[in-house]
Amino acid sequence: MDYFVNVTITGLTQGIIYSAFALALVLIWRSTRIVNFAQGSMAAATTFIALALIQAGQSYWVALVVALVSGFVLGALVERVIIRPVEGGPELNAVIVTLGLFVAIQALIAIIFGSSFQSFPTPFGVRGFQVGGSTIPLTPTSLYVIGSVLITMALLVALFRFTRVGLAMRASAFSQEVARLLGVKVGGMLTLGWGLAAVVGSLSGLLIAGGGFVYPAYMDSLIVFGFVAAIIGGLDSPVGAIVGGLILGLALSYVNGYVERGSALVSVAALVILIVVLLVRPGGLFSSTTARRA
Amino acid sequence: MAETHGSTAMSATGTTGGTATTTRLLEVEGLSSAYGPVRALDGVSLSAEAGRITAVLGANGAGKTTLLRTISGLVRPVAGRVVLDGEDITKASVESMVGRGMAHVPEGRGVIAELTVDENLRVGALFRGKVGKDEFDRVYDLFPRIAERRNNAAHTLSGGERQMLVIGRALLAKPRVLLLDEPSLGLAPRIVAQIFGLLRQLVDAEGLSVLLVEQNARSALSVADVGVVLNLGRVVVTDSASTLMGDEDLRHAYLGF
Repeated sequence: MDYFVNVTITGLTQGIIYSAFALALVLIWRSTRIVNFAQGSMAAATTFIALALIQAGQSYWVALVVALVSGFVLGALVERVIIRPVEGGPELNAVIVTLGLFVAIQALIAIIFGSSFQSFPTPFGVRGFQVGGSTIPLTPTSLYVIGSVLITMALLVALFRFTRVGLAMRASAFSQEVARLLGVKVGGMLTLGWGLAAVVGSLSGLLIAGGGFVYPAYMDSLIVFGFVAAIIGGLDSPVGAIVGGLILGLALSYVNGYVERGSALVSVAALVILIVVLLVRPGGLFSSTTARRA
Repeated sequence: MAETHGSTAMSATGTTGGTATTTRLLEVEGLSSAYGPVRALDGVSLSAEAGRITAVLGANGAGKTTLLRTISGLVRPVAGRVVLDGEDITKASVESMVGRGMAHVPEGRGVIAELTVDENLRVGALFRGKVGKDEFDRVYDLFPRIAERRNNAAHTLSGGERQMLVIGRALLAKPRVLLLDEPSLGLAPRIVAQIFGLLRQLVDAEGLSVLLVEQNARSALSVADVGVVLNLGRVVVTDSASTLMGDEDLRHAYLGF
């Protein structure tokens, strides 16, 4: 029973990071119908900015804020300068552009920051809390991970649900032409959307890096799991992204914890889960395609 | 103040010949648009006056929808100009049109299906900043059927309810010119009569100018003051709605009834 609880906690902590990354993908997919393959390397770039600040003697928190802000600027710039010219054209063009950007940014990180492994700090301890004489894998760091993602999600929900800008962003995402006819400056909303998505992506990059090592391609496994989580959830649904991330995190943790030599099967398990979900519900668990068609 | 009131009253009645220059809210002069090599509009000129419904009629492919899309900037013309209340808006951005007093309800109802009825209305009022609750209540009073469903997603509405929602949403922009693209499409005749009747009341009460694009020429002419018949991107005839209604040859040739 203890073992089950431990494996579950580990799964949730990992899963919520997948959720954050998936959410970043979903935010961009909803507003521009583009799958942003560059999300991972954009997040890695901001993590390296944070690392540079920490190595220069700044506190983790200063580095965190600067990284998130630079994530916003990077996301907005990428939309304005690189994505805008291919928007509205054939869908494949934008996909190829984001793939190219993925490779380019990763190479740029290696050129600027080097390609060696560097340790990335975490602001809280990584020793588990003591419950009754035994140590559980719930650490101050995992509480920080879960808490920061939940706070970010709550802020996003509040933005979209209760503010005028949020309403304008949703209108632009669902129907660009109608929104323009109603006087909404759709271009600005798309830039803002990419910026916010990049902030959430950056957060996931910083969290997965915490207490471990970073190198230019350190986001690669998170990219795969984040994509799987987003597609399980339906790619169109923010709630789906979050649930998809948690389901995937838990499932992979159980595979790792209960299956013999499970750690080698984790990546395979992610793809098996993806295939099963798509076979049962081709649009993903929280797909709203039927509602849209009506 | 008294003078302003006087002139509003004049423009609201709007039928006396002497005020023609001041009541021509929207003027389209020699407008041409093309999709690649295909010319969809070929030197179209017309005007829409305050307090009047101007119906643009014609068969499928006559250029009716392109005309509205060119007026509101969604399609850029290759020649000609669009003047709104004396100001040349040919090159103005689509987003700025509602702020200038022109609202465009596109073909296919233009509801944002994923948002609720209430959110749809709020998007329509966003550009005006703070808008009082009484203005939303007024729209709901006009259309009690959508008031009952204000918290439902717009994709759950029927065709008629969607049309009510988009007209109500356009009214929240407080336009002086309203461009309506095929509001009768796919609606039961009873609903069409109801919506057109309401449109007439609004135009008469508020001096609104409506440019109504319709394939359903009979219904449109029954509510309109002026009719403009388009064929293959050109204006064939412009005349009062009653005259067009009485011209059997024209009706057979272009309007299909």
